[in-house]
Amino acid sequence: MHGRPRRPDKPEDAAAAEAKAAKLRDLQTQVLRNHHSHTYSKEALGLSFKLLELNPEAYTAWNYRKLAFQHNLGELSELEAIKSSIDDELRVVELALRQNPKSYGAWYHRKWLLNQKLAPVDFKREFGLLDKLLKVDARNFHGWNYRRFLAKFMGVPEEEELKYTMDKISDNFSNYSAWHNRSILLSNLLTQQKKGFESKQKIFSEEFELVTQALFTDPSDQSGWFYHLWLLAQTSSPENPQLIALWPSNGAKLSLSSVREANDKQNTPFSFSSICCYSLKEGILPIVLFFNEPVKGLTPSSVSLNSDLVVGKDIQWRPLSVTNSGHSNCWVTYLEVSNLEYCSSQQFSVEISIPNTDDIVSRSGSIYNCPVNFTFTFEPNNIDSITKDTDLIHDPISWDCSEPLPSHVKPSCIHFDQLKITNALIQEESKWHLERLSDELDLFRELPDDNSKFAKLTLARLLLACAAIKSRGSSLIERRGYCEEALGLFNDLICLDPSHKRYYEDERSLVLMDQLTCNMESFMKYCSVQVLPNLAPLNHVQLCRLSLTRIGFVERLLWVQMLDLSHNNLRSIEGLEALQHLICLNVSNNQISSFTALKPLTEMLSLKVLDLSFNKIGAHPINTTRYVCPSPFSHKVEACEAFEECQKKHINVEEFWDAILFFKHVNLVQLGFEGNAIANKENFRTLVVTLNPSIKWLDGACVH
Amino acid sequence: MFTGSTRPTHRRVRDSAPLAVGDSLERRAAASSLLAGFGSSTLRAKLLVPPARAMGEGGELAAEKHVRYIVTVEKKKDSFESLVMEHIRLNGAYWGLTTLDLLHKLDAVDAGEVIQWIMSCYHPESGGFGGNVGHDPHVLYTLSAVQVLCLFDRLDVLDVDKVADYVSGLQNEDGSFSGDIWGEVDTRFSYIVICTLALLHRLHKINVQKAVDYIVSCKNLDGGFGAMPGGESHAGQIFCCVGALAITGSLHHIDRDLLGWWLCERQCKEGGLNGRPEKLADVKFRCPFLKLFMFFITLSWHHRFD
Repeated sequence: MHGRPRRPDKPEDAAAAEAKAAKLRDLQTQVLRNHHSHTYSKEALGLSFKLLELNPEAYTAWNYRKLAFQHNLGELSELEAIKSSIDDELRVVELALRQNPKSYGAWYHRKWLLNQKLAPVDFKREFGLLDKLLKVDARNFHGWNYRRFLAKFMGVPEEEELKYTMDKISDNFSNYSAWHNRSILLSNLLTQQKKGFESKQKIFSEEFELVTQALFTDPSDQSGWFYHLWLLAQTSSPENPQLIALWPSNGAKLSLSSVREANDKQNTPFSFSSICCYSLKEGILPIVLFFNEPVKGLTPSSVSLNSDLVVGKDIQWRPLSVTNSGHSNCWVTYLEVSNLEYCSSQQFSVEISIPNTDDIVSRSGSIYNCPVNFTFTFEPNNIDSITKDTDLIHDPISWDCSEPLPSHVKPSCIHFDQLKITNALIQEESKWHLERLSDELDLFRELPDDNSKFAKLTLARLLLACAAIKSRGSSLIERRGYCEEALGLFNDLICLDPSHKRYYEDERSLVLMDQLTCNMESFMKYCSVQVLPNLAPLNHVQLCRLSLTRIGFVERLLWVQMLDLSHNNLRSIEGLEALQHLICLNVSNNQISSFTALKPLTEMLSLKVLDLSFNKIGAHPINTTRYVCPSPFSHKVEACEAFEECQKKHINVEEFWDAILFFKHVNLVQLGFEGNAIANKENFRTLVVTLNPSIKWLDGACVH
Repeated sequence: MFTGSTRPTHRRVRDSAPLAVGDSLERRAAASSLLAGFGSSTLRAKLLVPPARAMGEGGELAAEKHVRYIVTVEKKKDSFESLVMEHIRLNGAYWGLTTLDLLHKLDAVDAGEVIQWIMSCYHPESGGFGGNVGHDPHVLYTLSAVQVLCLFDRLDVLDVDKVADYVSGLQNEDGSFSGDIWGEVDTRFSYIVICTLALLHRLHKINVQKAVDYIVSCKNLDGGFGAMPGGESHAGQIFCCVGALAITGSLHHIDRDLLGWWLCERQCKEGGLNGRPEKLADVKFRCPFLKLFMFFITLSWHHRFD
């Protein structure tokens, strides 16, 4: 029993307890005997009645009663007799519920009886029982489940049930079960567009007023805050998925080359329209589309690509996501630009358009409905002189040798374009969202600062929601002010509620990334250029020592070729899979604890240089991300030769399965992994060299 | 998919961290699944953490005391408290034996005796297990039976296909699962059947997609899951739904940020954990809640939830 202290038994208590136990033992033995011998006499039934009153959890006794009921029913023909039999059963349930209002067996027995549909249901009796039980315990979820069953069974309109939730909430604001039921009923009514529920805006405005009363009455009660979060989600996300970024940007003029031009002198200013064309197969140009929520359905018919290059070819779009679910924010297609017949300085143009189509849908079924059209041109240089891509890196890359961007370089040379695609519908919707949320913002800013963590968290969420809405269809720079205020709130929350620190740190990291990248002018101080012999210069972004635990807003970094995230607190790098141009990545000195956490890197065709040193890989026996990515644990991994290959080299496949699955999908030239527990494991180096035969440098030393 | 036609040998995988209840069994299933296709047979994968350190940081667990408690409780069959739970003894066996296994003390019990008793709870006509001798078959006890047999590496005593057919036969048209022939539907049973079939390497016997779709239909607006569509979010139900989605590689259906935060908020000021908002903390929700990407929540499950 809950909340009762344990006390040693007194002798009288011991004797009474023994007698009680003996009685129960007898009953259980007898009922089981009757059950096995199919004895359904009145006497036998009586015994089961006594047993269930004493111990409603004896599930076999409930089964026995069902069998007895069915057996005895066969001998009854008049409705009155049948009703009486049913009543007997209902009474057993009521008495059992008196003993334990949360007995699964009892509740189900009642449901099973009603479902037999042998007699009309006594509406009053059923709802009367429920009212009584929910008065005693308004949170009894068995009761609420039964109520939902009954309402559906009896055809009670949802509007009436909505009134009931209102009654319960008025009784006591702290009734999460009632708020929960309210959210279910409202969603149904709105989806079905029932009378009085046609306008989402009107309904949600009313709900905001209702919940705000609850919140201001008792800010320490959780129920209202969770309901408020739901309302916020309903009023801040656009109905339909939006395209928010793409690479290359509309109107871009790219010059593709991998090697440094032969006649390039040291003091020739580098051309920022040069893109290093690096990939496993030579000469592939990725084209990336990024949506605000996961979508599926990008096919050659829903997204058409026209170019002199690809006449008659079908372009396949691939979702880029850690999970293989078919839905993704980020989609890519690869344009083959090698084997071209061209003369120097010939330009090719590529046009991408999304016509009116119903194919692209979000998880909830909303359609992408903004037809668009983009064009970019590119000029291939020196493509034919590409040797095997891995031979292009002749010396190990150092992370400290980048040069600052020359002052004449303007941000627009970096190929990033935040799409300003909106249509009238979205703007209309956004206007209402913004008005509603601005009201909420004002209200919450006025809440007395009693250090309520929920108040601060909600205020932060409101700020970020407003930031998102404001920047829809206009410049990202509008977000800065909101981000700053939200950052302050998250810093407060980390101090105020330290047991949930990690959650706030993650949220804070996202806001920080938003703030840094929303304004290209100020972001430039994090950008530089790595000039290497032989290669076209690489764009280098450094986001070190920012206490980042998580990555976000990757759609603004699609152009990055060299990324330094070292000296942060990263536990995950989800999102990085969108960076299709990434050649070099430094995640050293972070908190990455497994190879499955590095799954995003397996989607990068160009990744050649990786620094994983000083993380936590191999430190903990349990790999905490193994269910999130396809793995043997989630029954989504296929057998492959990589396992066999490793077994031949006496590598323990059971121990290293995640490392094997990782290295099999990358082709690195340079790797750093010292300072991880796994570095000390026998055979780990062999594994890496076996699966990445092109590797040249391991932890700074030459492999061959 | 690793569906080796040869019966896989189960390896003992010892997990040192206390949170590995269902986890250690999953490792075993996955480990053997991984190698089934290669026909290897005698590898014993052990996590090389010696028992003394297996108790975690910050204080020693009085391992011997726990072992003694479990062994004596097993013998106390006649008190009222024991009798009232007589019908879930098979579940109790699982909890007790897994604890012993985590403490590396499974040899404190006689494996032969335990297995004999478990098989006496088996119903050969249906393929299911009852909670105790003479009690009707139900998936709740069938899973515990399979789990205990896995602990002892003795799935060979089972007619695996018969047991698999019993649980898979309880799937309904809409993808949900009944607990037994009487038809009670609950997402707990979805998890139980999926877990049982995963351990027996027979997941293909059910319509996995429909099972997943049903579970997703039980997702609530706070990111959590209830016992059935429309049911309130509850940590126990969430454990079952998330577990089932994890085993079937369908975790992408979960809004991790939303659910992760809801789960974090189950931790009360005193450090204990509750099952739903504004409820009291209870030791039965002994869950080392792991944030966001970490999904196997350990529950010391009671048959009934509060």
